[in-house]
Amino acid sequence: MNEFDDVVIDIQKLSFSRGERSIYNEVDIKIPRGKITGIMGPSGTGKTTLLRLIGGQLKPDRGAILVDGENIPELGRSDLFSVRERMGMLFQSGALFTDISVFENVAFPIRVHTDLADDMIRDVVLMKLQAVGLRGAHNLMPSELSGGMARRVALARAIALDPDIVMYDEPFTGQDPIAMGVLVNLIRRLNNSLGHTSIIVSHDIQETLGIADYIHIIADSKVIASGTPEELRQVDSPQVKQFMHGLPDGPVPFHYPAGDYETDLLRGQG
Amino acid sequence: MNQLALLGHVALSKLAAFGRAGMILFQSLVAKPQPLIMFPLFIKQVYFVGVLSLIIIVVSGLFIGMVLGLQGYTILVDYGSEQAVGQMVALSLVRELAPVVTALLFAGRAGSALTAEIGLMKATEQLSSLEMIGVDPLRRIVAPRFWAGFVCLPILSAIFALVGVYGGAIVGVEWLGIYDGSFWANMQNSVDFYDDVLNGLIKAVVFGFVVTWIAVFQGYDCMPTSEGISQATTKTVVYASLAVLGLDFILTAVMFGEL
Repeated sequence: MNEFDDVVIDIQKLSFSRGERSIYNEVDIKIPRGKITGIMGPSGTGKTTLLRLIGGQLKPDRGAILVDGENIPELGRSDLFSVRERMGMLFQSGALFTDISVFENVAFPIRVHTDLADDMIRDVVLMKLQAVGLRGAHNLMPSELSGGMARRVALARAIALDPDIVMYDEPFTGQDPIAMGVLVNLIRRLNNSLGHTSIIVSHDIQETLGIADYIHIIADSKVIASGTPEELRQVDSPQVKQFMHGLPDGPVPFHYPAGDYETDLLRGQG
Repeated sequence: MNQLALLGHVALSKLAAFGRAGMILFQSLVAKPQPLIMFPLFIKQVYFVGVLSLIIIVVSGLFIGMVLGLQGYTILVDYGSEQAVGQMVALSLVRELAPVVTALLFAGRAGSALTAEIGLMKATEQLSSLEMIGVDPLRRIVAPRFWAGFVCLPILSAIFALVGVYGGAIVGVEWLGIYDGSFWANMQNSVDFYDDVLNGLIKAVVFGFVVTWIAVFQGYDCMPTSEGISQATTKTVVYASLAVLGLDFILTAVMFGEL
């Protein structure tokens, strides 16, 4: 694994399990500052779980998650909330507040954490909405938006306070090709101009490869490969190859663990 | 042996839930006061929880008062003491029916709505996104709803009693022709502020605390699925109703037991 000069999130020997099922087993992940890092892997490998662990919404069984040197699992409630002020997160469902308008959703973090005047807040919110192409929708309620639009509003909300770290959970899912292209550019541009660190969880291989500076591929509770997109394209490991090329047959099983297919089908006749 | 283990498991999980409920209440209520942020949220919830419950409370109060007046009259008239209808209506409303029936209606109308709302916020990741924005959902979502329920139930109970007394008067005085002087005078002489009104109010305060606590806890602690939310709403109504009836007996025994 490459060593970075400046690491913003340093995950050391992380273990996490849900019930009997191990999601992570002694995993080390480093996220470089100011870059776009992609976390890829088949669904069900715990990519979203990783974001929740970094955000402190889940506690690991063992291991450390250092964000700027602060160990998230050991922080108290109020310290955790102040660390989260520096993070923005785009949820898979968007998770907009359904009782307030699009405008108020984006204004929410600004109102909570700053003392800006109302006309200033209005300008900031409209600029953020303009960036995601939805300035004209600022009066709508979340129930009037399509899934893709809701995700873009949620993105505007996640970047409303210009956080140091932005975590994107499946930002490309459900977007039409035009919005997808705009989003890819937007994430790149935001990252370059604001200098924050972006973490993208996704299984959209081409988009993530095109945008990320660095990628970790997760499978079987472990990081199976890390590197720049070019390095990953060169990797010989069959597991990585299978994932990068989307092949159904290979070491990564498509099927959830199950008994023998034929016996399972025939059992009903007994 | 398995039965015993199962019993132990059920007891432990109930105890753990009780502990979580206590923690949630503690963390939402014990924090640095932020009146400028909290007050508007509180007022909004007072509207949803209290003001919108007014109609069901007023209508129920009116009918229960009228039924009490009618039933009381048909029994008391045999003994020639129909003037005591006012006393009977007022005492049964103020001591028992107003706090208990208000709490039961409140659990069904407002409690279930609170549970479903908070549960849906959890299922749609709104609580998670509040957390990630750096806002404590216990303070922002749970606390204003809890305080609103706690404050509104005693007021609703007082309104219930008031409307009920008028309902009794409509039937007793206007319809059945009890002399209104003795109807109101008997009531005034027999209802004591400390023994009756205040004790009834204490009951309403206790019920307000318990019903709202159960409602917000069930919402916050539910499984974030449609089945989980429906179970949580049912639990809110069932647990809150049972808690109200059980506590009512205990409170009555303490307040009026030595009479």
